Amino acid sequence: MLTAHTKSADDTRAMAAELAAVARPGDLILLAGDLGAGKTTFVQGFGRALKVEEPITSPTFVLVHTYDGSFPIVHVDAYRLEHLQELLDLGLGELLDHDGVTLIEWGDAVIPALPPEFLEVRLELGDDDDARVVRLRGSGSTWATRHDALQGALDRWLVES
Amino acid sequence: MVANGGGAEARIDPFLVLGIETSCDETAAAVVANGAAILSSVVSSQVDLHARFGGVVPEIASRAHVELLTPVTAEALVEGGITDGVDAVAATVGPGLAGALLIGVSAAKALALVWDVPFVGVNHMEAHLYAAMLEEPDLKPPLVALLVSGGHTMLVDMKDHGRYRILGSTVDDAAGEAFDKVARFLGLSYPGGPAIQEAAATGDPEAIAFPRAMMDDGYDFSFSGLKTAVINYVRKNPDVSTPDVAASFQTAVVDVLVAKAVRAAEECGAETLCIGGGVAANTLLRERTAAECAARGLRAVLPSRAMCTDNAAMVAAAGWWRLQSDGPTALDVGVSPNLSLPV
Repeated sequence: MLTAHTKSADDTRAMAAELAAVARPGDLILLAGDLGAGKTTFVQGFGRALKVEEPITSPTFVLVHTYDGSFPIVHVDAYRLEHLQELLDLGLGELLDHDGVTLIEWGDAVIPALPPEFLEVRLELGDDDDARVVRLRGSGSTWATRHDALQGALDRWLVES
Repeated sequence: MVANGGGAEARIDPFLVLGIETSCDETAAAVVANGAAILSSVVSSQVDLHARFGGVVPEIASRAHVELLTPVTAEALVEGGITDGVDAVAATVGPGLAGALLIGVSAAKALALVWDVPFVGVNHMEAHLYAAMLEEPDLKPPLVALLVSGGHTMLVDMKDHGRYRILGSTVDDAAGEAFDKVARFLGLSYPGGPAIQEAAATGDPEAIAFPRAMMDDGYDFSFSGLKTAVINYVRKNPDVSTPDVAASFQTAVVDVLVAKAVRAAEECGAETLCIGGGVAANTLLRERTAAECAARGLRAVLPSRAMCTDNAAMVAAAGWWRLQSDGPTALDVGVSPNLSLPV
């Protein structure tokens, strides 16, 4: 578990951009946190770093947005899904079967339906309105082997957890 | 309604288009004559199809479209008095959810093949623009349209049929999404638009000065910061009146939408401002749009709620126009989840 502090939405985007440098095609990233915590903001920074040019907007209503960056970015939102079965009906297998990174907002709610290898990014309110505490937890071997790289990339935001 | 689709008056038999819409939550089918007269328009959420199938029909899943599309289409054909096929079949090909779009498009292609009539692929956002024309037959471009729903918030300059310029769109959350999320945070019901509107009726719209993001800054919109501002405010002031929060929030959203839309119409030299999408059913947005347009000598077009929300009549109407301009769509054309308006 790594814990980071960001000072503003732009700072959260900057941290996400550094994390993107550690990401690889095939990765699955779950975004957790309350309404307004900054999940879409995080994906904006992540996608921009991977050369996505169009605006990255919330996929809450349409459920899935796909972007072409350095590699494909599939941005899913489980907010409106009330049952795991709905995620399966959405074609979860196909959503994950691409040569890019999948990011799932409210992904912590659908962990039982997901593959065991993922990075969970949990965003919580910080000391003031714009600050956030970001907790990162890797699951599976692919993130265990990248722990040091992740720590190095995010060093300037990390605090003792 | 009188059939009046430009150029179609000379036709003796009306040209019938079956429209099919499955891009998001709604399964819908409709029959429209000459791109203008609605013979039938069936939307799954408005019809009790559950009894026919038994059990719970999932609202979101693509599977729901599979289960609902046949009865919804049959109902549209029966209500429209169609006994021996139509003259063309139109379906939304994007933007939307790939799996959901595929179901409507596959069904439309199959019906077109069976009836040996043209298939037409339709852009969902273009269809929203044609929804207004179904109710106001004399409505013609050039016009500026504000499309606001749960999934979209955009300003479009429609120069002519099929010719668009996207002036701006949301850079984060859609307006309807902000309504739903703020409603959920305030403990109000779903969908959030009507719930916020109801709560706001007894609130003071000037109680809390929520931010109006990017108000004077181009035509793009941002509602994520407003959502977060509401959440921060309520967390710090837990005893605040919910109607005051709802009214202040609703006014902040409408202020930005109306200011930008009216400015767009004036700067584009359009004489007409149309609104569309589910949020266009909001009473304050309608009143303010009408008032601001009247003050500037602009014509405000405010379609009925049924034409603002997703439906297939608008797909059939847009399909009719596309058939005139581009001819049939090839049957090997797939779906386009990220489709944008043709410019």
